[in-house]
Amino acid sequence: MALASPGARERPLSPHLLIWRWHVTMAMSIFTRVTGGALYAGIFLLAGWALALVSGKETYDLYMGLLGSFLGKLVLFGFTVAVFLHLAGGLRHLIWDLGKGYAKGEASASAWAAMAFAVVASVAVWVIAAMTGAL
Amino acid sequence: MSTNSKSSAYRTALGRARGLGSAKSGVGRFIGERVTSVALIFLVIWGVWSALTLARGGYDGAVQWIGSPVNAVLLLLLAIVGFYHMQVGMTVIVEDYIGKPTTKALLLMANAFACWGGMALTIVCVLKVALIGGGS
Repeated sequence: MALASPGARERPLSPHLLIWRWHVTMAMSIFTRVTGGALYAGIFLLAGWALALVSGKETYDLYMGLLGSFLGKLVLFGFTVAVFLHLAGGLRHLIWDLGKGYAKGEASASAWAAMAFAVVASVAVWVIAAMTGAL
Repeated sequence: MSTNSKSSAYRTALGRARGLGSAKSGVGRFIGERVTSVALIFLVIWGVWSALTLARGGYDGAVQWIGSPVNAVLLLLLAIVGFYHMQVGMTVIVEDYIGKPTTKALLLMANAFACWGGMALTIVCVLKVALIGGGS
């Protein structure tokens, strides 16, 4: 602990991403941002839908056919999960903006709740879609 | 503590920042991100529900659906509010991770182009079908 000079002493290092133990609030924070990025691409599916609709029946049927293919459904399911995860993540931020929910236990619980909600809501939407003949 | 504020020589950086207030920009964006997020809670749930309806109806169903003023307005709001929220969100991400001024400026510009372009495209397409009807 010998200090040669005040300027040369070792500064504390912030924990590196790779040696940082994962915890649920950190995971949910990352998920919220990553899903935000995914929705950035996803909203262009909506823009593409509007463009296909204005282009006429042939283009529209082709576009809906692509979305209805296996790969299309996979992308749309991921889109659904991203929507609900980002929605739940955003709700947590709004609650924090009110000054509530910061306690360690509360923040962890709401992170788990957000992820559970995203999975349950996504599966529910797709079950409803299957039952009502939307698939 | 309070005696420090009387002499600027003893003020900390935080104290000086507090005295000067905000940086005069960014607050509008910060608030805008939150206001749009509240609106999007409702718009997105409506949007998911509508997608299920549209998936069943085919082309004619979609044209008829968008002909309803309520559907057209909500869809336009979803696009406008969504693209705006998206631009603000991506701005935060770029500002967080990109340090080089030129790269940052270019990415923020590309972000603006993508969001405003996507928004304008969606608005025109929706309005055309909503007001004039289907069939190219």
